[in-house]
Amino acid sequence: MVIYGVALLAFCLLMGTLAGDVLGQLLGIEANVGGVGISMLLLLYFTSQARDRWQLNKLSQSGIAFWSAMYIPIVVAMAAKQNVAGAIESGWLALVAGVLAVVVSFMLIPLFSRIARNGAELMKDELEEHQ
Amino acid sequence: MELLTAVLVNKGLITAFLLVGAITAFSYWVSNKLSRGVIHGSAVAIAIGLLMAYFGGTYTGGNRGLADISIFSGVAVMGGAMLRDFAIVSTAFGADTRALKQAGWAGALSVVIGVVLSFLVGALVAMAFGYTDAVSITTIGAGAATYIVGPVTGTALGASSEVIALSVGAGLVKSVLVMIGTPLVAKSIGLDNPYSAMVYGGLMGTTSGVAGGLAATDPKLVPYGAMTATFYTGVGCLLAPSLLFFLVRLAV
Repeated sequence: MVIYGVALLAFCLLMGTLAGDVLGQLLGIEANVGGVGISMLLLLYFTSQARDRWQLNKLSQSGIAFWSAMYIPIVVAMAAKQNVAGAIESGWLALVAGVLAVVVSFMLIPLFSRIARNGAELMKDELEEHQ
Repeated sequence: MELLTAVLVNKGLITAFLLVGAITAFSYWVSNKLSRGVIHGSAVAIAIGLLMAYFGGTYTGGNRGLADISIFSGVAVMGGAMLRDFAIVSTAFGADTRALKQAGWAGALSVVIGVVLSFLVGALVAMAFGYTDAVSITTIGAGAATYIVGPVTGTALGASSEVIALSVGAGLVKSVLVMIGTPLVAKSIGLDNPYSAMVYGGLMGTTSGVAGGLAATDPKLVPYGAMTATFYTGVGCLLAPSLLFFLVRLAV
């Protein structure tokens, strides 16, 4: 049933958000630490377990696939509710700080991607040596 | 006419579905006919969304963009954090867990470096604009991380409301620019695989910026970027009012 997929997704998001809030509280900060990320890992765990222990049939999967397909429309709505006027009117300091932060971060992506990739290949080699 | 307005307002979320559907259809038409597919349809749709948000904001003077116009209030529900997070998590279904594991440590590292880097840029700009007290410099630096880290840090340190507003402004500029800029620079920064997407999410950090930027570039990369970006605000709220503030106080 479609609702099983939707319910599983809901369970993962609620538990992940809760875990992120608890993590934030343990660290003594007023913010959610990685709630969405933990939710994603939960979903990955449950959907990969599904093959062995219980069946997540096609129809149930479509309950998750629907929301995945709604991702871009939701992001378009998210863009339409951003405080763009506020961003533009907040003055030169905010503009310069925001723009420079983005530019510098963009520039570092190729460097770190290379490090990430090399690391990944090293791990692959090690795994192959073990086998 | 009044009846129609009443229906559109009462069924706000449904109105938002129709509106986004219309924006999407128009965007794909623009993408195919005018740019011959060079600019992705979803990138056009997000740009139109931001443009409408700008006009909505200047028209009403509110801070929720288009959603402050009553017939479009449903946009706030559809594009709010609740459904956004729900949709982001759903994209993890079918993600490559091997890539997540292999690039996990690089992703984690990029979050910490991303926070410190944006903070440093924001703090230097604040100093260039004549701020000399550690609290203001730290708050504006934190705002350059995300528009949540800024006010959280500013409140914790007791910054003035003017400086807190500036830090929110810097974070907003960042998130809007990441949405618009990502599809434009994606090719030249090699943003086309799970590894670079994780690094990208960690360095950028703004959840809405990363969500919008990857949607406009390649939706398949969303789970990898979102995974790391989701830790950014937490790490920022942890580092900015403590270690980073301490270092700024030593420096000025």
